[in-house]
Amino acid sequence: MTRSNIISLTIILAILSIWELACRGLAVPDFILPAPTQILGVAIFQFDILLPHAAVTALEIVLGIFLALIIALPLATVMFSHPSIEQAFSPFLVVSQAIPVFALAPLLVIWLGYGIASKVLMAAVIIFFPITVSLLEGYKNCGTEYVMLFRLMGAGFWDTMRLLYWPWALPFFFSGLKVGVTVATIGAVIGEWVGAQRGLGYLMIQANARLNVDMVFAAILWLSVMGLTMWVFVGFMERKFIDWNR
Amino acid sequence: MLEVSDLRKRFGDLTVFDGFSLTVPRGGFTALVGPSGCGKSTLFDVLTGVVAKDNGEISWLGETVCHLGKKAAYMQQKDLLLPWLSLLDNALLPTRISRRNEGSREKALYLFHRLGLQGFEHYPPRKVSGGMRQRCALVRTLMFEHELVLLDEPLSALDAITRKSLQSHLLLLQSEFEKTILMITHDVEEALLLADEVLVLTPFPMDVRERIALDSSKPRKGSEQGLLEIKEHVLDELQGEL
Repeated sequence: MTRSNIISLTIILAILSIWELACRGLAVPDFILPAPTQILGVAIFQFDILLPHAAVTALEIVLGIFLALIIALPLATVMFSHPSIEQAFSPFLVVSQAIPVFALAPLLVIWLGYGIASKVLMAAVIIFFPITVSLLEGYKNCGTEYVMLFRLMGAGFWDTMRLLYWPWALPFFFSGLKVGVTVATIGAVIGEWVGAQRGLGYLMIQANARLNVDMVFAAILWLSVMGLTMWVFVGFMERKFIDWNR
Repeated sequence: MLEVSDLRKRFGDLTVFDGFSLTVPRGGFTALVGPSGCGKSTLFDVLTGVVAKDNGEISWLGETVCHLGKKAAYMQQKDLLLPWLSLLDNALLPTRISRRNEGSREKALYLFHRLGLQGFEHYPPRKVSGGMRQRCALVRTLMFEHELVLLDEPLSALDAITRKSLQSHLLLLQSEFEKTILMITHDVEEALLLADEVLVLTPFPMDVRERIALDSSKPRKGSEQGLLEIKEHVLDELQGEL
């Protein structure tokens, strides 16, 4: 274990200990702030309640990521190959981020219903932006001498794309994807808050209404673990595909 | 034969070429030396089509072309190897793109062997020395099917020992693969050692100040008396320019 790992672990343990002691020492009621051990107990022992909801949310996030990729990859590539399209599209891109997703959520639920479609779209709206922007940045970062070398080799656009631009932009793509997967949970959960019959967001709203604050925290814990797992997975894929970048 | 005639190019007020002409005989090795900033690189940019010429004619083997973009192999100071490909895959890139893979692997392996890269075929570029990377770039240059090769200070980033050995490899491989070479360099000695003809250039507009034809006996030695005298003379001329 490295020094920095030890430091961050110590900080986490310190915060949790203070929290735990404060809850017990000050006799804070469970419906205001449950102690960490109690939250952990709910998160572990009530997994039969949490798991089905978590599965729905996870499905929404994964589908959201796929949808975002299906939009972002061609969009970034077309924007890169046609600067006029980039200029035409970039205001829309920025606007799509300037509108808060919270504001879109009720509309999407009306249009797409209480099922997972509205949540998938919500997650995708959040994720596609960092992926598109970072991929485009990666394409543009490609060294001009390399581009010229490919031209002299007689490479057409698609050969250059496949053999030069795409591998070159891969580290950028992955950093965008990392940002995307960590915020993906936000989109899905907000969608579930606004209107859903399943999912961790739905569970949180229900538990909150019944003052089951420990269950709310347990759902948050599960969401964090899901986000972290995806982040670690993307990092693993990154190391697998770009071993040349170190 | 490579022929460039009456080449003209201006950038605003700056006239880089004002009727510049050049010929390289087929199978020949011509070196251009000149002070830095004299437009040597611009000449290559025009030849390869990166920069459009204002006027003039470029022809290769009797065929007039707009530029030599897809007719010449090109090698420069930077090795420009792709970090995600092995040395061998880097060398195979030209044939992979031209989709003429037949026999290319064997040719590349042979060249790796000739240049002392055998055993390193599957190494990534980051794991080998700068000299080895540049040798790999040379293999890649020779893997182009084009007979014409443009060299833009290909060896100037290397240490003296590696450089010497690559110079002799370059000569051997030129005659073996019957390439026609046009090289630009700062290094007067390198030009005199390798080329059949050395053109000493003056800038703005670029002009040939002196044309030095060398006898065909190669490899030459830098310590030959005749060569040393010519080198001194060329350096004097170039210094007069600065």
